[in-house]
Amino acid sequence: MTTALPARIEAGVRRRAVLICPEAELVEGSGVAALVDGTQVALFLLRGTDGNRVHAIGNHDPVGDAPVLSRGIVGDVEGEPVVASPLYKQRFSLITGRCLDDADVTVPVYRILLSDGYVYLVR
Amino acid sequence: MTLRLVVIGNGMVGHHFLKQLVGADRFRITLIGGEPHPAYDRVHLSEIFSGKSAADLALASRAEYESAGIDARFGDRAVAIDPVNRTITTEHGSSVPYDRLVLATGSYPFVPPIAGNDLPGCLTYRTLEDLERIRAGAAGARRGTVVGGGLLGLECANALMNLGLETHVVEFAPGLMNVQLDTEGSTMLKRKIEALGIRVHTGTATQAIERAASEEYALTMRFAGAGDSLDTDLIVFSAGIRPHDGLAREAGLIIGERGGIAVSADCVTSDPHIYAIGECAAWQNRIFGLVAPGYRMAEAAAGHLLEEPAPFQGADMSTKLKLLGVDVGSVGDAQGAVEGALAYTFHDPVRQVYKRLNVSADGRKVLGAVLVGDCETYDAVLQYYLNTLPLPGSPEALILPGSELTLPGADSLPESAIICSCLNVTKGAIGAAVSGGCAGVGAVKAETGASTGCGGCGPLLKSIVDAELARLGIEVDTALCPHFRHDRQGLFHICQVEGIRTFDDLLERHGNMRPDGGSRGCEVCKPAVASILASLWNDYVLEKKHAGLQDTNDARLANMQKNGTYSVVPRIPGGEITPDKLIAIGAVAKKYDLYTKITGGQRIDLFGAQLHELPLIWRELIDAGFETGHAYGKALRTVKSCVGSTWCRYGVQDSVGMALTVENRYKGLRSPHKLKMAVSGCARECAEARSKDVGVIATEHGWNLYVCGNGGMRPRHADLFATDLDDETLIRYIDRLLMFYVRTADRLQRTSVWMENLEGGLDYLRQVIIEDSLGIGAELEAQMARVIGSYQCEWAATLEDPERLKKFRTFVNAAGGDDQIVFVRERGQRRPATAEERLLHTDRVEEAS
Repeated sequence: MTTALPARIEAGVRRRAVLICPEAELVEGSGVAALVDGTQVALFLLRGTDGNRVHAIGNHDPVGDAPVLSRGIVGDVEGEPVVASPLYKQRFSLITGRCLDDADVTVPVYRILLSDGYVYLVR
Repeated sequence: MTLRLVVIGNGMVGHHFLKQLVGADRFRITLIGGEPHPAYDRVHLSEIFSGKSAADLALASRAEYESAGIDARFGDRAVAIDPVNRTITTEHGSSVPYDRLVLATGSYPFVPPIAGNDLPGCLTYRTLEDLERIRAGAAGARRGTVVGGGLLGLECANALMNLGLETHVVEFAPGLMNVQLDTEGSTMLKRKIEALGIRVHTGTATQAIERAASEEYALTMRFAGAGDSLDTDLIVFSAGIRPHDGLAREAGLIIGERGGIAVSADCVTSDPHIYAIGECAAWQNRIFGLVAPGYRMAEAAAGHLLEEPAPFQGADMSTKLKLLGVDVGSVGDAQGAVEGALAYTFHDPVRQVYKRLNVSADGRKVLGAVLVGDCETYDAVLQYYLNTLPLPGSPEALILPGSELTLPGADSLPESAIICSCLNVTKGAIGAAVSGGCAGVGAVKAETGASTGCGGCGPLLKSIVDAELARLGIEVDTALCPHFRHDRQGLFHICQVEGIRTFDDLLERHGNMRPDGGSRGCEVCKPAVASILASLWNDYVLEKKHAGLQDTNDARLANMQKNGTYSVVPRIPGGEITPDKLIAIGAVAKKYDLYTKITGGQRIDLFGAQLHELPLIWRELIDAGFETGHAYGKALRTVKSCVGSTWCRYGVQDSVGMALTVENRYKGLRSPHKLKMAVSGCARECAEARSKDVGVIATEHGWNLYVCGNGGMRPRHADLFATDLDDETLIRYIDRLLMFYVRTADRLQRTSVWMENLEGGLDYLRQVIIEDSLGIGAELEAQMARVIGSYQCEWAATLEDPERLKKFRTFVNAAGGDDQIVFVRERGQRRPATAEERLLHTDRVEEAS
């Protein structure tokens, strides 16, 4: 798929953006997995006070050592959005990638762009 | 210095003594048990005839003793004590040296010296072996007679009734239980017991037992008085106990005036190296034939050995029990024998209730009481008696029905007040447990043992725990998680009453909302609410509005395994399956290369499916006639069954047919935790129904229903709930029970823990389900009917809807599966690769590319 990002978006970002899927493919309050250049990414659609936002972190759960984070339950810890791994329930921040139950563990966080009803990941 | 401590006897008291010494490494302990098996609960012995097994009554096991470092020897009786050289000789010729010796040899049943008392058919009632002999003797017999109308005698009569015999009780004294009751009380008890079909002969002395002249019965009992006799098949002597003090006598120890090994308050005998405890010991020439005083003696002896004195000070012999369904209570001086004692009495000839309260001459103190037919005020009377509390202005309130006055307030009791007299737990000890961090009745029970004996002090215990928590300013926090201040039961009722059908609606109306709009629930409250909504409305669980609430297993209708793949379990009701369906499962497993294993619930689990393969696999399974097995849900899993009367030589009912009915009825029912059931076709119990939440066991006349068992981490046998039910009643009780559980249990609470936490436990559950004491029986049934009526196979529903199928894509932006998942083959099937195996695999792939 080619990117069709509007010109108002900075050229550098446009070059690095990969189209993932239409926003309609995501379900509010839960996650999906996507494959970007051979890497698995977990995307989550959350409602916010000013419209919906999509968060993306690595799909691989470093504790359970399996690609499952997109299939965890989304929630919040004192307002910080998190996903709980479906394997052993460790919670990962969708903002920072930090594991809230084990300070030594983090997962990568990816930047997401929403444009004209499409979801892009910025590499 | 290590002392060699030898304990002779492993009854309840001997066992309790050993428990006191756990962890005291100053002693090397040898146990010599005369019976072939470790200690068991003799108090509840008769329950062997109402469904309990010997294993249920066991208090200890060889393994437990072994791991406590005790050298336990069973079945080799001690035959002599040499107090000079301090050695014991056993039956098999071993010689065991000791530094300290504890005699806990117990007692034996007194058999009156009557001619013919050793004829076949004459038995005693004391040990597990005795019960086996009684059971064997009752086979083919019609009439059984108990000699002895005391507490044990009546319990034995109960046992004979349970064995289906026409039961007689012969008592020499003028009344039943004449130690614990006064004349009026014993007359009332006799009347009530006779109404149950037991024939009572009081004031009757047996003079001889002969072989019967007639063909009809085996034996004839001749009574004093011309021509009086009774024909019977079986005679069980239960006319009191005699201490096992023979070993001590021969060793030259001092014996009490009426038998028993004389002991001091520390339970030391006339030889300072030897202790005696329990029913073989006599303190101030008294032998105590109850278990509680025996326990106190065990503690006294242990205290002396450990140099933490806990002298025995006599024991309160008050008792409360249900004899043949009749409530009987006796407190302190029941007959009012103390000089100047005054008695209040209450007599209700219609309800057949008799109560008597003995008070001191000044009317200020309770001296004792008799309660027959109604023991509701037993706890209150006992507390006034034990703690010598000043009586209220109108003491009659303690025995009058419907009076406001029941328990003395928790605050009015002194710290030394004994709340649990079985385990000797004081109010002070309960308070200490609460201050020490026990924040509820359950925790206090586990910590102190209170209310784990007869359980009679349960309500009082709760009021003391609550008062103590309030005093410490501890609020019991039952909030489900940071998002809701209610517990599951509260949320269930809110959803039901307000008709709430979505998580967001519930969170908005009753959750702890954040001003920044960041409240999203969590992995605790979301699945809990999903389960509540499913139990109430039974919507399809993958409706968009519920989708994000489900645990991954529920969300994907399959069980996630360690490498992120899933396993699939089709429903096989009752474990019955046709060859064609078996082949169909095999074909699917082969096609998708699934690892195949038989489950414990008589089904087949297929492992290793990727997300995108689940709909393909289910398409084929549904075409072959299968439905989802709900192995992924907190829901009814399986109903295991044995083959039953259709094939089995021993089966008495069609257990497979009943299992099919039950499984098809409750399949899809969402509940606070998983539910397992089983149906056995006879008492051999091949379906292991007693390890299930709901167990059904066939009888000659119908079905016995067992409830609230489970296997797993904390195994628990199910309790017998109701007997000989017809099909319709059985289903009605299960309907009510399950719906009551669904409505009132906590999140992830199995039925066993739920029942244990219900105030009143099993009895309360019986009242609600069988007697419909809350008047909600019809409502529970109607609610269950709605859930059953709205059942749908979630997989069939999923396959019909392309939108729903979107959830079963491995990647939102790529077709197919995850080719990074690595399997290896072992014993002809696939399994997930280990971390090392995956590294090797990656290396090989890289080399190849």
